[in-house]
Amino acid sequence: MPTYLDFERPLEELDTRIADLRGTNAAGVPDLSAEVSRLEAKANKLLADLYANLTPWQKTQVARHPERPHFRDYVARMCSDFTPLAGDRAFADDAAIIGGFATIDGHKIMLIGHEKGHDTASRLKHNFGMAKPEGYRKAIRLMELADRYGLPVVTLVDTSGAFPGVQAEERGQAEAIARSIEACLNLRVPLVAAIVGEGGSGGAIALATGNVVLMFEHAVYSVISPEGCASILWRAADKAPDAAEAMKVTAADLDRLGFIDVLVPEPLGGAHRNADVAIDSLKKVIVERLGILVRQTSDQLKTARRAKYLAMTGD
Amino acid sequence: MNWLTRVRNSLSAVVKRETPDNLWLKCPACAQMIFKKEYEENLSVCPTCGHHGRIGPKARFAQIFDEGRHSVLPSPKAPDDPLKFRDTKRYADRIKAARTATGAQDALINAQGKIAGQGAVVGVQDFAFMGGSMGAGVGAAFIAGARAAIAAKCPYVIFTASGGARMQEGIISLMQLPRTTVAIAELRDAGLPYIVVLTDPTTGGVTASYAMLGDIQIAEPGALIGFAGQRVIQQTIRETLPEGFQRAEYLLAHGMLDMVVNRAELPETLGKTINYLMTGQRKAA
Ligand SMILES: [Zn+2]
Repeated sequence: MPTYLDFERPLEELDTRIADLRGTNAAGVPDLSAEVSRLEAKANKLLADLYANLTPWQKTQVARHPERPHFRDYVARMCSDFTPLAGDRAFADDAAIIGGFATIDGHKIMLIGHEKGHDTASRLKHNFGMAKPEGYRKAIRLMELADRYGLPVVTLVDTSGAFPGVQAEERGQAEAIARSIEACLNLRVPLVAAIVGEGGSGGAIALATGNVVLMFEHAVYSVISPEGCASILWRAADKAPDAAEAMKVTAADLDRLGFIDVLVPEPLGGAHRNADVAIDSLKKVIVERLGILVRQTSDQLKTARRAKYLAMTGD
Repeated sequence: MNWLTRVRNSLSAVVKRETPDNLWLKCPACAQMIFKKEYEENLSVCPTCGHHGRIGPKARFAQIFDEGRHSVLPSPKAPDDPLKFRDTKRYADRIKAARTATGAQDALINAQGKIAGQGAVVGVQDFAFMGGSMGAGVGAAFIAGARAAIAAKCPYVIFTASGGARMQEGIISLMQLPRTTVAIAELRDAGLPYIVVLTDPTTGGVTASYAMLGDIQIAEPGALIGFAGQRVIQQTIRETLPEGFQRAEYLLAHGMLDMVVNRAELPETLGKTINYLMTGQRKAA
């Protein structure tokens, strides 16, 4: 059974009852199958209702769900080849951002993204997807490499934000992010960015300044975490739901406001309930958009990307 | 992780003493009482300990341009409260109050004039205006400043002071990071210098964009400069922060700045820097 979020408790109870009844059934009691079917129908309807009406704060929970697909899952399902390339050539290899050559539906690309990890050991290894300057500098290096050799860049964004630490600051966290944004803007190859989980502020836009920005239905994208915003503006961390609402962090809001280009639907109950279906829909959009962008000239790509961000006036 | 708009820290750097005529000020660094007039004549720097107080665009323009002569450029309009944001107060009311208090349209003002006889456009961020936070208005002003410099074929010098992104504009404030970076790209394409002077404090989203992309990075002594807030870092690492952490001198020692320059010497340093960087432009002309 999946990890249930707080707002999914009624669903968890139903699913538990269904599992219990199935156990009884297996033990040889025959007339329970009708009851199981009835409960299953009820559970499906509940799931559909819950996910059709998620609040921005609930979506934030879904976007952070521990079983949500992560970078390695996308690579495994989307790419016929992935050749990781490591290091920033100055300090270290930061596992919070992974990048490398990838082949997706025949397109040879540079794939770069955050990796949060999926269990305790890998979460520590990838620092929960919170990159340090060397992570952004690796991304810059790979983007510039892609630019030199004509490889389109695809980024998968999933981070709560850049890592807040003493050494990260000493090595120029802000400068690394600023240069990464600049590198995105300078590319003469297509840049397709996908916000697949959390799009956490500067740590996200560093990889997301794209020609086309895709966003999963239940992903969130914001200038600061709802908790951070609440603690500063409301001076109360428990106002995070209000902050999530006020900041317009959801894909539906950002689509309506024109800050993303494509809202990619997720399977019923979120990407973590059916990762393959979710990844396949994302892949379809990525491939479609790459197909359009690769026909543009390098000048067109760079000019259009700059014009896109110049136009982000809030009007 | 996330940057904080430290609006709550937006107290003026120098606390006025409770005297009827406000003639005396108390230095926040050394607690010395200073004559207000003496302090202002000393460029709002404490004569005792050298603490650099926060100053706004008006004082900065007067100090930095030759004989203080300059013309203020018009502030571009930006949408007010695009998200209809409300926390404990309406953003619309907060921005109105900031405009009334400062007389400015938003937290970044540009002016044009001469520095050591050379043309320059100078942008100054005002921490007194909602903590110098960056929303679409600041983004628009930055672009206007850069483009005024391109039109005049001169450098763009920015004095940063900001708690970070303006959260009340949500994703729009985040999008000002790439938006302002495009303006820097335009300066680079035109072969014109982009010079950053970091003043106290410069943090968050502003550091993750135009504040760190200068051809030359200068900071005033003691300025707080950093991406993540100190409280957030402390909560993450659960250790005390090193002495002088995120201060200008600390960044200089870690290779993040070209120089730390006293306020009194800034016009001369800028003049010399501009003179070097405009060499190519002079040859082309
Ligand atoms: Zn003093």
